[in-house]
Formats: sequence, C-alpha cells, structure tokens
Amino acid sequence: MTTGLYELLLRGLWLTVQLTVFSAVLAAAVAFLAGLARLSRRWIVRFVAGVYVEFFRGTSALVLMFWLFFALPLLGWQLAALWAGTLALGLSYGAYGSEIVRGALRAVPPAQREAAIALSFTPAQRMLRVLLPQALPEMVPPFANLLVELLKGTALASVLGIGELAFSAQLVRLATGDSAQVYAIILVMYFVVAFVITRAMRLLERRAKASVGRAPGRSRGRPTRVPPGAIDPAVGATATVGGGTAGGGTAGGASPGTAAAGGTATGGDVA
Amino acid sequence: MRTWDWSYTGHVMPDLLRGLLVTVEATALGSLLAFALGLVWALAFRAPTRWVRWPVRAVVEFVRNTPLLVQLFFLFYVLPSAGLTFSPLATGVFGLGLHYSTYTAEVYRAGIDGVPPGQWEAATALSLPRRRVWIAVILPQAIRRVVPALGNYVIAMFKDTPMLAAITVLDMLKQAEEAGAESFRYTEPITVVGLLFVLIAYPTSLLMRALERRLGT
Repeated sequence: MTTGLYELLLRGLWLTVQLTVFSAVLAAAVAFLAGLARLSRRWIVRFVAGVYVEFFRGTSALVLMFWLFFALPLLGWQLAALWAGTLALGLSYGAYGSEIVRGALRAVPPAQREAAIALSFTPAQRMLRVLLPQALPEMVPPFANLLVELLKGTALASVLGIGELAFSAQLVRLATGDSAQVYAIILVMYFVVAFVITRAMRLLERRAKASVGRAPGRSRGRPTRVPPGAIDPAVGATATVGGGTAGGGTAGGASPGTAAAGGTATGGDVA
Repeated sequence: MRTWDWSYTGHVMPDLLRGLLVTVEATALGSLLAFALGLVWALAFRAPTRWVRWPVRAVVEFVRNTPLLVQLFFLFYVLPSAGLTFSPLATGVFGLGLHYSTYTAEVYRAGIDGVPPGQWEAATALSLPRRRVWIAVILPQAIRRVVPALGNYVIAMFKDTPMLAAITVLDMLKQAEEAGAESFRYTEPITVVGLLFVLIAYPTSLLMRALERRLGT
C-alpha cells in the first residue's frame, strides 16, 4: 500500500469519528427526551414516546438508513448522505439509549423523589437537582456499551456512499486488490477507537460516581459489599442539592435519626 | 411529490416475502451457530490454563468491538483467496454467528456464574466426573435462566441480517433494492421492509419479556 492509500484510510477514519460524534450527540438528546417522556405523568406523552422507542428498536438501522436516503426524497425531502446516516444512527441508538435513561431514573430510590416533593421542589428542580444527578452515574456504563455499538453502526453508512472508514477500505481494496491486508488494517483501527471509547467512559464513570460520593466502581473482581449505612451519608454530604438541606433528606433514606434532623432543618428553610 | 402506489406495492410483495424467507433462514442458522460457539467461548473463559483463556478473551473482545459489516467483507473477500469458497449466504451466516457468539458468550458466562456454589459443592461431594458436572448439573441450570437474554440476541441478529445484502445475499433488503433499481421507486419496497421488521421484531420482543417474567427467579 502506498502512502496515498494510507491517507485515504486516515481520512475515512476521521469521517467515522465525526459520524460517531454527531450521531452520539443526537442519540443522547433523543435518549434523554424519550426517556423522560416515558416517565411522564400524561399518558399521551408516555404513549407517543413508547411508540417511537418500540418502532425504532424494532426496525433495522440499515433499513432505516436506506429509507431516509431513498424513500424520503420521493416523499418530498432530500437529505445529504451524511445527514441521512447521522439521523438514522441517532434515532435508532437514541431509542436504545432512552431505555437506559428510563431504567436509571427508575432505579433511584423512591424516597429521594418523596423527599424532593416534601421539600416542595418544583418538578423541574426535582428532576434536575435530585433525580438526574443520582441516575447519571448508573447510566454511564451502559452508555459506554451503546457508544461502541454506535461506532460499529457507522460502518453501515458506507452503503450510502459516505466516505467513512469501511467505504475507504472498499476503494483501497479495488486499488490494491489485497483485501486481507486492508480489511485487517481497518478492523484494527475500529478496535483501537472502541478501546479508547471504553477507557474514556470508564474514566467518566469514576468521576460521575465520585461526584455523588459513591465508591469509584468495581475496580477488580467482585464488588465489595458495603454496609448500607456506610455509603448513604456520603451521598447526602456531596449531593449538590441546595447546600446541606438535601443532605439531611438523602441520608434520611438510610437512618431515621438523620432523616428527622434533615427534615426539620429543611422545614425551617422552606418556610 | 409522488403518492403511494398500492398496485406496485402488491407487485413487489412476492419478491419481498421471498427475501423474508432468506432473512429468517439466515437468522435461524446464525443463531444456532452463535449459541454453539458462544458456549465454547464461555467454557474456554473458565479453562484451567491461561494459554487458553487469554487468547480466547482477546479474540472475543476483538470480534465484539469491530463492525459486523466489515467482518462480513473480510470473510467474503478473503476466504475465497485462501481457497475456501462458500455461497454468500453461508459466508453471511458464518459472519453473523461468529459476531453474535461473542455476545452469547457473555450471556452464558453470566448464567454459569449465577449457578449457586452449593451446586458445585454438591457435585463434588457426589464425586461426579467433570463432564457430568457440566452436562447434568451446571449447564441445565445456567442455560435455563439465560434463555430470554439469548432470545433478545436472536432479535438483534434478525435486525442485522440486512447487512448480508452488502455481500450479495438476496435477503429482504436486497430484494427491495433490486425492485427499486428496476422501477426507480424505492419508497414502497423499503417502507414495507422496514414495517415487516417491526411487525416481526416487536411481538417477538414482547414474547421474550413474557418469557423473562416466567423464567425469572
């Protein structure tokens, strides 16, 4: 392979990275929107979000990509290949992501929500300052897996003629005729990017967990058992909700003594 | 803007259904391969020597973290030059099965780890031979609890079979593409294909959820 062909592959790699970033941003936005909508109080919001999620999880990403590229123009819109690819990936992986968001939010202990209601937080405050900060660390590991899946999904965009890595590899294969070499090279490239994503997300997980005062992940082997009381006060102490007030409320989940103390302190605050 | 043409839709339906048959066939054969190979990987993860464990780990991680589409191209173009010629469908089934075996391996591993230690101890106390411990004690319990998870991967595979169109397998997507290329009308065939996927995948996923509740411990 000549240097020109390597350059072609590197340009393809760059486009793959771009495609991954764009569709990841779209997917994250869609995931939070749909995930929150599925927990809405109004049934119609829940229903619409549910239809979206089940539809996009049910169909094939590649077929969706073809549909956006070939069928949509005939109905009146023409999308550039890159945007058709981004949209298809973002919408289908966003649907998977919304399940992660929903699951993590539902895993936050109900006492947290009740405490926020008792402290007369508005629904927006409750979500942004109490529930989401605690749910986020739980979302990071499954999101890391999803991001690697998304990276693998970008290879599908090559069928639309987007010049990303798999497409560049086709061109190189036609030029050199040595398919084993070029495909081995790009498989390794994909693997390296996936490895970087995995490591970066693990770092993010540690920081996210630390920010709510939880142990920085299961480092090695089995998770160590921590007595319930040992962790929760820490969560309370660092929870970012309105200074010390929510601290009392959070710790209250673990031991009734602190709950009472926190409750009275907050009661004074609110009044 | 052109409107939906029902007579054309009817005209392409037989081809699409023939494609559906190929899609289902690829999914079924691919799943069987993924179930079998995944079990092999899962057992190799527990091999007594690291000379088996580490290479298998490395291969499984590599295959899982790289795109199936590129793996399919690799198999499709490289195997013939190594003197192995298979039909595109066989190559596709092999690629699909190999890729998903790296996922089912993790599922089996979790299932095996989930068998209570008392079962191992009881098998040791009865001095059962190692083969019989696996076949009669551990695997039946491990596999039972991972059936729904395996089922979810079958659905995922089903949704990935359109990739076989890229290596000239005449699956549903390829049939839709050919119909579109012939008439310059892609809207109807591709929409029908997309809907067929939802129509099959969604009820199946409901079934898996029900199964999960029934088999759940």
